[in-house]
Amino acid sequence: MSALLTVEDLRVAFPARQGPSEVVRGVSFTLGRERLGIVGESGSGKSQTGRALLGLTPPPGTATAKRLEFDGIDLRSATPRHWRSLRGGRMSMVMQDPKFSLNPVMTIGRQIMEALAFHGRSSRAEKKARALAMLEAVQIRDPERVFRAYPHELSGGMGQRAMIAMMLVTEPDLLIADEPTSALDVTVQIEVLRILDALVSDRGMGLIFISHDLRLVASFCDRVLVMYAGRVVEELKASELDRARHPYTQGLMNCLPRIDSDTRPLPTMTRDASWAP
Amino acid sequence: MAIATTTGGRSRALPLAWKAVKLIASVALTFLGLLFVTFLIGRVVPVDPVLSVVGDRASQSVYDRVYVELGLDKPLIQQFWIYLQKVFTGDFGESFMTKRPIIDDIIRVFPATLELATLGVILGTLLGVPLGVLAAVRQGRLADQVVRVVGLVGYSAPIFWLGLLGLLVFYARLGWVAGPGRIDISYEYDIAPGTGLLLLDSAMQGRWAAFGNIFSHIILPASLLGYFSMAYISRMTRSFMLNELAQEYVVAARVKGVPEWRIIWVHALRNAAVPLVTVIALSYAGLLEGSVLTETVFAWPGLGQYLTNSLQSADMNAVLGGTLVIGAVFVGLNLLSDLLYTLLDPRVRRRA
Amino acid sequence: MTAATSRREWLLSEQPASRRQARLGQGYRTWLALRANPLAMIGLGIVVALVVVALLANAIAPYDPIVGGDLRTERLLPPSGAHPMGTDEQARDIFSRLVHGSRITLMVVALVAVIATPIGLLVGTTAGYFGGWVDSVLMRLTDIFLAFPRLILALAFVAALGPGIENAIIAIAITSWPPYARLARAETLTIRDSDFINAIRLQGARPARIIWGHVVPLCLSSVIIRVTLDMAGIILTAAGLGFLGLGAQPPQPEWGAMIAGGRRFIIDQWWVVTMPGLAIFVVSLGFNFLGDGLRDVLDPKARK
Repeated sequence: MSALLTVEDLRVAFPARQGPSEVVRGVSFTLGRERLGIVGESGSGKSQTGRALLGLTPPPGTATAKRLEFDGIDLRSATPRHWRSLRGGRMSMVMQDPKFSLNPVMTIGRQIMEALAFHGRSSRAEKKARALAMLEAVQIRDPERVFRAYPHELSGGMGQRAMIAMMLVTEPDLLIADEPTSALDVTVQIEVLRILDALVSDRGMGLIFISHDLRLVASFCDRVLVMYAGRVVEELKASELDRARHPYTQGLMNCLPRIDSDTRPLPTMTRDASWAP
Repeated sequence: MAIATTTGGRSRALPLAWKAVKLIASVALTFLGLLFVTFLIGRVVPVDPVLSVVGDRASQSVYDRVYVELGLDKPLIQQFWIYLQKVFTGDFGESFMTKRPIIDDIIRVFPATLELATLGVILGTLLGVPLGVLAAVRQGRLADQVVRVVGLVGYSAPIFWLGLLGLLVFYARLGWVAGPGRIDISYEYDIAPGTGLLLLDSAMQGRWAAFGNIFSHIILPASLLGYFSMAYISRMTRSFMLNELAQEYVVAARVKGVPEWRIIWVHALRNAAVPLVTVIALSYAGLLEGSVLTETVFAWPGLGQYLTNSLQSADMNAVLGGTLVIGAVFVGLNLLSDLLYTLLDPRVRRRA
Repeated sequence: MTAATSRREWLLSEQPASRRQARLGQGYRTWLALRANPLAMIGLGIVVALVVVALLANAIAPYDPIVGGDLRTERLLPPSGAHPMGTDEQARDIFSRLVHGSRITLMVVALVAVIATPIGLLVGTTAGYFGGWVDSVLMRLTDIFLAFPRLILALAFVAALGPGIENAIIAIAITSWPPYARLARAETLTIRDSDFINAIRLQGARPARIIWGHVVPLCLSSVIIRVTLDMAGIILTAAGLGFLGLGAQPPQPEWGAMIAGGRRFIIDQWWVVTMPGLAIFVVSLGFNFLGDGLRDVLDPKARK
């Protein structure tokens, strides 16, 4: 399997009063057409890792790496124009909360068609047909209505499906899903995940699934990276999660409530300064 | 924003109707308060209203008759009721100076102010919005600082002073523009009465020489007012744009590969436009205020000059009439901005 | 280690040991941030200069501001060594008049602040604390005052009260308080139901005592910042009234009135109008620079 994405020593830094502070400190991994989970608590740098892969580190932050290759393209030397053609076209990202990540004053249809507008030429009618087909693919029953709707007229689950449709309509090779279900009701989460799962399998994309929910990631991905304080502290196969050696991963595992045992007092995470040297 | 989050439960149509009723009620109340304030000011004037009618050589019996005629013997609240009835029939009383009904005077002078303020706000918007966008996009950099200073200068300079200096430089020294007034006497009779907006009238009647003359008169005061509204609009645009550019949907648009110009001018500006409409309406209202001083400097025969002339001759009815009209326009513009807000924001609009 | 650096460390400590240390540290950080903003420092310099000039007007002004020189030889002289800003139509030294005029400007600003701030605080905190119909009535009243453009309402008031600097100050104050009331109300609403206010209420304190003793002090700082931001507007309104002949009366050296007085001479004796206008401009620019910097420092949301 050839690598779709190779990351070596990725660092993201933000300037602060006492010199730059690194939020991602030397992350390395390779990704094929597989599902990779990145797990960590908030502030662990997992989301900034995802954004850096798309060249979307918010200024004044900067991202550097020894190697950053996507399908043989060296992303470090990509021009803004090149980035734009990759983003949306070949790599894409599903974001956390459709309430904020969909433009409130544009209809869903326009937002999906806009993704197509800057990648390849197609007529308006073609674009509309593809957008409607995509809405159908995310199992929206009445695509015409959703096409014309504004974001606030959709429920959270519907909004997130529209988001997935918008980000997958260009058929990218790599999808980053940044907490795609955290903002949704628990009952809807499963459905949305199932849709995402089916689309990723059908189209053979590479997926980076970012979440704070270790169990969710383990059930959804092939491999898991555990991040803490900007570093990857452990890399495991999802099936071998119980063999985790790093105390942080073990801590995360122990925090999960179990239905078959009564753990009292509730375990809490004790952090060790040596984890983040 | 808050409206968007109310879901389920209550009916959706009812709150909108309720909102409209509340809005109208609040505008009506504000207007009533406006009337009461002008009424009160009129009553505390040290000038005796009877004397201003009968003159100071009238006999006591004439004085008493007029006193009763004016309703001054009645309780204050009843006087206010009479005042209300008069105002709603368009009767602001007679001008002490011109001996004409004040409403006629105001109708005559208002178009001049309207024309000046409108041109001012158009210039202010055309310059202010792009400058504000530029400042937001280049936040913290040189362009941002320049826009900020240009705006603060606009906030700080007395408008009448800039007007005088403008006249000195561009009219007296350089001769680039025409001087005070709205139109040269020689063109005045070229234009048939129309809307009262001379630029519009002369253009519609094809009097291009007159149009040029009018333009040359209006451009300096309008630019001045435009500068002041630009200062306000650019500042608010910057702050709204910074707010929008930090939103997640902007990141989402970048993820889609949308070019930066489109993110700025289509995605973010379209969202910023919603509150911006209120700002533009407010700055329009602010220009009515600025027009009092500007018109004095440029001998512009509008409401502002009418108001200051009346002030100087202690023509209280005229002062209060003018104040009331400006207050009413202010309230009207606020209402209009609320309505436009509803039109621009789909989250509110769809409820209608 | 010198005393200065250790004091600095004490101020910037991340773990202040006392409330006083925390507050002083906060103030010091504000000052550091403000000092890094060149425009704000220029503004502060201008405002300090205004105060110094007003205090030392008698020592700074070379001539009498009211009584002019020889009307035959010293009228409308252009700027020169003897008269750095020239003389006006009554042979008075313009520079001296400006120096003395700074007192009027400062007085207007100070008095408007002293009158309008308590009114705004009282109305806003009362409305916010009691809520219900008290809130509705007071806020409606506030909206009515906000419905008038400020200068126009001030004009109408001065027309009724009669021209003069005192009446101009009263008129400006009457038209200035509504925004402060709105702000104070908003602040009050956020603290009205907090536990410490409830605790005081349970101890049996009367509303008046709670409002003045506990709510007002908490709203005070944000209202004061807002007043500072408004100072330039107050100066411009006062100058506008003066220009229209409704503020300070001649021969008082009020800057707006000086511009009105020099209008007739603008074509040939430009300095008579230009100099007082420049004074108004520089001073309100100073307040605006300072206010803008303060807002940046104290309200990180606006800075973003």
